[in-house]
Order: sequence, then structure tokens, then C-alpha cells
Amino acid sequence: MKSSTIAAISTAMMNGGISVVRMSGDKVFDIADKIFQSVNDKIPSKMKGYTCAFGHIVFGGEILDECVLTVFRSPKSYTGEDMVEISCHGGVYVTQQVLRACLMSGAELALAGEFTKRAFLNGKMDLTRAEAVIDIISADSENELKYANSLHEGALSRRIDTISTELTKILGDLAAWADFPEEDLPELDDNMLKKRLSDVLDDISQLVSTYDYGKIIRNGVDTVIVGKPNVGKSTLMNNLSGFERSIVSEFAGTTRDAVEESIRLGNVTLRLSDTAGMHSTDDYVEGVGVKIAEKKLENAELVLAVFDYSRPLDDEDNELLYKIMNKNTIIVINKTDCECRLDIDIFKDKFENIVEISASNNEGINALTELIEKMFSMGKVNFSNGIIANQRQWICAVNAKNALENAKIASDDNMTYDILTVLIEEAAGEIAKLKGESLSENVVNEVFSRFCVGK
Amino acid sequence: MGSYDVAVIGAGHAGIEAALASARLGCTTAMFTISLDQIANMPCNPSIGGTAKGHLVREIDALGGEMGKAADKCSIQSRMLNRGKGPAVHSLRAQADRVLYHSYMKNVCENQPNLHIKQAEIAEILFEDGTVCGVVTSLGAVYKVKAVIIAGGTYLKGRIHVGEVSYESGPDNVLPPQKLSDCLLSAGITLRRFKTGTPCRVHRRSIDFSAMEVQHGDETTVPFSFKTRDIIENKADCYITYTNENTHRVIRENLHRSPLYSGRIEGVGPRYCPSIEDKVVRFPDKERHQIFVEPMGLDTDEYYLQGMSSSLPEDVQLAFLRTVKGLENVEIMRPAYAIEYDCCDSTELKLSLEFKKISGLFGAGQFNGSSGYEEAAAQGLVAGINAARQIKGQQPVIFERSQSYIGTLIDDLVTKGVADPYRMMTSRSEYRLILRQDNADLRLTPLGYEIGLVSKDEYDALLDKISKIDAEIERVSHLNLAPGDEINAFLLKNGTSALSTGTKMADLIRRPQLGYDVLQQFDKNRTDLASDIREQVELQIKYKGYIEKQLDLVERMKKLEEKKLPENFDYSAIKGLRLEAAEKLTKLAPSNIGQASRITGVSPADITVLMVYFEQNGDSFYA
Repeated sequence: MKSSTIAAISTAMMNGGISVVRMSGDKVFDIADKIFQSVNDKIPSKMKGYTCAFGHIVFGGEILDECVLTVFRSPKSYTGEDMVEISCHGGVYVTQQVLRACLMSGAELALAGEFTKRAFLNGKMDLTRAEAVIDIISADSENELKYANSLHEGALSRRIDTISTELTKILGDLAAWADFPEEDLPELDDNMLKKRLSDVLDDISQLVSTYDYGKIIRNGVDTVIVGKPNVGKSTLMNNLSGFERSIVSEFAGTTRDAVEESIRLGNVTLRLSDTAGMHSTDDYVEGVGVKIAEKKLENAELVLAVFDYSRPLDDEDNELLYKIMNKNTIIVINKTDCECRLDIDIFKDKFENIVEISASNNEGINALTELIEKMFSMGKVNFSNGIIANQRQWICAVNAKNALENAKIASDDNMTYDILTVLIEEAAGEIAKLKGESLSENVVNEVFSRFCVGK
Repeated sequence: MGSYDVAVIGAGHAGIEAALASARLGCTTAMFTISLDQIANMPCNPSIGGTAKGHLVREIDALGGEMGKAADKCSIQSRMLNRGKGPAVHSLRAQADRVLYHSYMKNVCENQPNLHIKQAEIAEILFEDGTVCGVVTSLGAVYKVKAVIIAGGTYLKGRIHVGEVSYESGPDNVLPPQKLSDCLLSAGITLRRFKTGTPCRVHRRSIDFSAMEVQHGDETTVPFSFKTRDIIENKADCYITYTNENTHRVIRENLHRSPLYSGRIEGVGPRYCPSIEDKVVRFPDKERHQIFVEPMGLDTDEYYLQGMSSSLPEDVQLAFLRTVKGLENVEIMRPAYAIEYDCCDSTELKLSLEFKKISGLFGAGQFNGSSGYEEAAAQGLVAGINAARQIKGQQPVIFERSQSYIGTLIDDLVTKGVADPYRMMTSRSEYRLILRQDNADLRLTPLGYEIGLVSKDEYDALLDKISKIDAEIERVSHLNLAPGDEINAFLLKNGTSALSTGTKMADLIRRPQLGYDVLQQFDKNRTDLASDIREQVELQIKYKGYIEKQLDLVERMKKLEEKKLPENFDYSAIKGLRLEAAEKLTKLAPSNIGQASRITGVSPADITVLMVYFEQNGDSFYA
């Protein structure tokens, strides 16, 4: 069976290590030939299975990275298809550029667990492992989804919304025009339509060109400080931010929102959120704060869980412990300047990383920041999912742009509107996918909400 | 009282197609209707077709259904809508003579071997071990049957509302069945309440047509049916007038008397078919609303006022109509009304239109939550085909989205479900460039032949048509045109660039400013081809790139559609499916992976999990 060619970064994304970009499918050698320049004139499509070549990845006339390229020939590969692995040396940002070169040269971004799925479907794994395959797929997709959702905030998301709203409006106009020809509707002005199309195309083009792979890395590790009210979360936050006096940005949310800042600790940037206390409440406004805190916790890559040295654990503490059990967590025991009433041994069974501090006396903060740096450099904090989610969105944006460019060509050629509609629909579908939504009912709803149609 | 293979409940547009299909496929069929005088009644618009609905009629015809032929026989005005807007959205619409349509269809049914028409209300359906086994009339007659198709339209527990008054009734004041709903409920079928409405019928002599815009039929008409050879004549005109500020004032002053605004109607109405009071309230800035004045037939003086559906009291209806230009002295013959009725939850159906829970029980038409004669007829045809196939021990025919509007309609109903009466629209089809009304026969007649509703002669005629189209496309694709003064002058005059090198005829046809017919003078060897063949040649050449792109999509989807899923399966048993996906999949029980992928709340990752899971279980799940 003919299969599409897929590509993905298959190693954890950390600075410093070697990262591998993997491709599988019918076109891998075509793509590799396009983007790989060997130092000793080896051509991937001519190479035997299980051999490698040293060289450079070149895209758009620019050398992206130095790498080793390994060739696998079907059926002797992980997936059973033709495969190429590119081991990159240049760090997180450059590895993404290499993947991007693969994608722009004809590969599709692999879905969650797709390499494993192909291996399975091609009989490279025995049937008893199907369950394990399913686990991988669902775990990967869940992680991606989480990150994708976390990207759905802020300025980028508003720009995407604007594009999506305009496309839906245009489609609504076209649908009403096609499906209700006898209604007393405003005429569709061809020049106006052309202008609207080229305006959205400009927006999408801009989105594509500025869609930044590096954003997540530069923005840092999503870190959340959690704990009951008054355990000293805010003091800790202030301590951390003041620590190196290198606050990158600071924006206080509304009173209900989590307060966020970016701080830099050595090589690591943390996107730090101080949240409303996690506790049950009847107060509506506070309740909203608690919800935000829980969402932040769910999406966090690093959790700093603060407990009070001077009080025994209560039910709420235990509930919090349960919630952070499987997260990447540092237990921070604050107020060591007070009398100890906390059984610290409780934590030791379940958590590896425990630090005692006195935030108000600024004691132990050094130890904490060192621990964070250590965890990061050891690869405990992984960017991969964030990057994949980000790339998926970028690919959608590129596809949307291509579809709209075709629509523009069709419109300049005076093709009939039915053709135009299909192309715009394709673009809107990609944008909807980027947002994790589906398109179909949107347009119909748009028609009925904006136009007075019907017999 | 007797036994039949199939019982069809209802003799409206769905019931007729269902009964005819079943009988034509060799099953003994009984069609029950509360009144023989209501067979194929048009209780609303006296018209067939319209945007996307015209596509449905063509598809029904291509498959061997009756609606297209009937519409051609009874047409009194014919128009192709959306001419100039692109072939995908061309839609045929005809005014039909309502009484003639009824008697034509009644006659066809009466003359159909295997089909028995009975005036009776079905009060009960009998079941045995979750399978249909008989029907009982309200007079107590029992018939043994193997399958039942419910095509009850808007009749089930129908209730008509006019202002403060409401009473139990089906459309046109026909008795509504009361007991069938209870029988269905106790069989575990979910019922819900929908609502629709119809405008007044008024007397011709009370209308001042001179104050209105006239709307003629097309000069050159096209029939619905691919088999109709007669020329469709325009025998009547329609007229257009508008509401005004006074009309809206009268309506606004009387809103409190509407059963909708006082909350007496609980049913959900169709969004595309709002009452005039709805339009006035929802679009207060619109200065006027359009009214189409349409004849109900040639032998009657009744006129239908499209756009003026209402449930306001009769005196208010008269008052607001008389504010309209040309209707100052209007005389109402039948008042407008809203009607509430029971319908099923279409997600309880399979793509074959059989209920998932009960073997042998099928639903079709407005009972399934759709709206419109054409949507009803399409479902009736499919239910009739599949009931007959079940009795004959054959696999059901599933119409795919990529193959027809019929498939799109059914998939929308079954997979997505509906919140208000569903109307077909071209915007609902993602494949609309290939699902055109002009090629319905090319798409579906082979299937109709395979099913057994299309005769060998008709099928051979289609094959002949296809070979002529292909040969001509082949010929013009190779025909080279050299540059020359004559052709270049012609090209420049038509607003396109002159030739500098030899060019293929097909490439010229593809240019937006040109087409097949206009290039005849430069094509000496052209044979005289029928207009439908010339049309196909032109469209297939002109839209080649776009069509191929859609065909590519179809291919991809087809791979997923081919992967069948089990009927009764508890998806929560699959570890790794998200909870929401598992619940939706278990509830909707999709019949294949493609259908599963269209369910809201099922993600691409869930689909991957499904594929791996069922692959593991080997071919027992893959057909």
C-alpha cells in the first residue's frame, strides 16, 4: 500500500544533546536528496540500507546544520518502510529548522504515535504489543493536546481567531449566495470579495512567516507554584524573581488570573505562575481563581509545591499531593524558621526532589535554583510535546495559505464561485484544525444567524 | 388479514418512493395511508426542487426513483436556479400542479405490481425478539410483515396551531395518528417534538398581479428526469411582492397572540423556514421581506404565498396580508398554520435507515427529522431499497457522502444528528464539485442498475453516453490548433490571449472566457452530439484540476469507509480511547472508520487507536 511520508523529531528536545529527525514512507529518499549535501558526494537515494553519511542539511540555500544521515531500506527498518534518520548537532532550535526543511520538501508531520503505528501495521511488532502501541498513541496525543491548548491563549490565538472569523464570514456569504439565490439578499460584490480574500491572505502569510518555532524555548518552561493559601507562595515567587534580578517581562493578570513572570536561572527560563490558593471555596470570584490554578497545574511542565513546615498536613494538602503525584515536581517546604510540626518523611517515599527553605529569610533559595537547573540539564524537562503542537499549528497555517493562494488565482482567473468556495473552505478547514475545531456546521450556522433566509 | 414482505406507513413523498422501490425489487408491499386522497400530497409549497433539493431529485431519478418523472409530468413552470454561478450550484426547480401530482403518483402506485395500497391508520407495530413481525390498524386488522418503513411525515401526534387556537390534526386537517407514537416509545425508540409551518392559500381573483413583479419560467427548460424526452412547457407564471413597514407593525402589535411567543408550542422549528413573525423579530432592520406568489395548479384558483408562513390568528393574517402591495383585497382560502409532530432521533438509525435497536424497522422522511419533499423522497428510496434487500438476504446499500447528496443527507442525519428539521444545502457537501446535478446519472445509474431499479436498456444508454463523452474528450485533447489570423482575431475578441504556438483544443476549452460550443467553427471534424454530452465534455475539461483534487479526497476517505466496525460494541473496552470518544462511539455505533471520524468529539488519535485495536483483532472486524 502506498503511504504518505511522515517526519518528526524523535528524541527529547533538550539543548546540548544530539537530536534525531526521523522520516518514513515512499518519498524519504527524494526528500533526503533535496535537503542533504554529503561532504563526500554520497546521495541518500543511492545509499545502501544501514549505511550513513556525514554532511549538511541545506534548505533555501542556507546550511542549517551539520549532521549524520542514516539510511534504512524497506522492510529492514523500524516501521518496515523506507526510512532516513538525521542526527543533528545544533540544538533544539536548529533541529526544528531541519524538521521544517523535511516538511517543506514533501513530508507530512507524523501524528502522535504514527511511527509505532506503522511499525505495527507493517507487521514489525507482534499482535500482543498492540495494547502498548495504543498506550503510546493516546499518551502522546494527550500530551500534545495539552500543549496545544496552552498555546491557545494570548495574542497569537487572537490573530488566528480573527482569520478564522473572517474566513467563516466569507464562506457564509458564499453559501447564502449559492443556497438561497431567490432571497432578497445583498449582492455579492466581486471586487469586495477579492479584496477580502487578499486581506485574509496577507494575514495568514504574516502568521506563517512569524510563526516561531523558537517561541516555546525562549518563553521557557511552564512552571507553576501551588500550595494552600499563606504557605508563602508569593514570597517564594518574589524571591525567585529577585534572585538574579533578570526579570524578562512582568505582567500582572487580573485579580482572578494567575500572576506570571519569566525568570532566568542560568540556562533555564521559567515561565512562573503564582496561582490562587488551591482550596475549596464558596466565593465565586475566588472559585474562578482556583479553576485557573487547576488548569495551570494540568499544563505545567514543572510544579513547585509549597508546604508549611509549621503545620501538619491536612486534607487539602493531601489532595494537592495526589494531584501532583505524576507531575514533574519539586516539594518546597517553607517556613523552616518556625517550629517543625510537619512529618517530612511522608514526602520522601513519593518525591525525589525536596527542598527546605525559609522564603521570608531568603534561605535555601540557592539550593532550589540549583536543583531546577540540574533537572533541566538532565533532561527531566522535555519540550518535545510543545514543539510538536506548535509545528502542527504551523503546518496548518502553511496549508491554509496555499489553499487561499489557489483561491486567489482562481478568483483572478474569474473562475466561478463554486470553485472558489471549495478552495476557501479548504483554507478555513486548516485554520479550524489549527484551533482544534471542525468546520462543517460553522458555515451553516453563520448563514442562518446573519441572513434572513427561508420560505 | 394477510401478509406482506414490507409495510410502508404513510404515502407521502417518502412513503411512495419506499413502497415503489420495495415492490419493484420484488417484495410484496403494502402502503398504508390515513386517506387515499392524500397520496403524494404537497401540504406546503407546490414545487419540486430548488438549491441542493434539485440535486436530490436528479439522484433519485438516476437510481430509478419516481419523483423526477412525476415532477416533469406535472410541471407548470421550470427554472434552473444559479445559472452563471458555476455548475456545482446549478439547481432545477419546478412549480408543480398539486392535484395532478397527487393523481399521477396515485396512478403509478396503483399500477405497480406487488404494491397494495390501503386506507388505514396503523396503530401498532408488532415485534418478536427485537424484530418486526406485523402491523395492526386502528380498526383491528392485523397484517404479518417482515419489515416496516415508517414514513409518517408530520402526522404523528400532529397538532395544528393558529393563534390562540390549537387542535389535534395532521397537515391539511387530516386525522393525525395517535397510537403509533406510544407503540414506538414502548419499543424503546426515542421520540422528540419538531415544528414546521405553512403560509396562507389565497384566491386568484383577490390578487392584483399588475402591482407585482412577474417571474416567468426559463426560455429553454430542462427536465428533472434523465428519461424524460418531452419538452417541459411553462404554463403559468409566479409573482413577487414585498412586505413593508405596515405589515411589520401589524405583526409586532400582535406578537402576544402567537403561540410561539406565548410558549404554547414546544417543538423546534426549522431555521431555514422561519415564520414571517420570526423574520420580523429576528431581523428588525430589514425593511421588507420577499413574497413569492405561486399557483397551486392549473385547475384551481388557489395561490400559495411563499415567505409568509405564520401561526398568528386568522384575523391578524388577513390584516397583515392586506398591507402588502397587490394583496390589498386579498381573500384567504386556507389560513396559515404551524404544526407540531413527533419524530425520531435520527442518530438511532443506521446508515441503511434501519433502527439500530430493532431489526426490520426503518424510518424515512420528516419522521427522521428532515424537512422537504425531496429530502423525504430520497430517504424513502433508500429505506425501500434496504428493506427489500434485507428480506432477500442481501447486504444493505450504503450511500456515501462522496457519491451523492443522498449519502450526505443520510450521513448528516445519522452521524451528526439534527437539532431542527434538516434541509439539504449545497454547502453541506464537501464534495460538491463532483456531486453536480448534471452528472447524477453518471454517478448513480450504475448503482441503480446493480440494485435492480434501473433497466438494462437505461443502463446501456448510460454506457453509450459515457463512451461518447470519453471519446470526445479524448479527441479534443489531441486536436492541435495552429495559430492563425482567424482564430487569433476570435480569441482577442473574446477577451483572451492569441495563440503563438500550436495549442490543444482542450486547453482552449479550459480558458474561462471560452467553452466547447463557441469553438465549433475551429473544429471541422466535430460530430453532432446531444446537449447533455456536450455539457459533460465541457465541464469535465474545464474543471479537471479541481475535480481531480476532490477525487483524491474521495479516495482517501474511501479507504476509511472500507474499514467496517462491529454493530454492537462497547467501546469503553478499548483502553486508550478517551472517555468522550468511547461514549460517543458506543452511542452512535458507526458502521465504519470513516463514519467514526466524522463524529464530533472523536479525535484523529482516537481513530488511530481504533485502527490499531481492530487490526489486532484480525479480519473478524474488517469486511
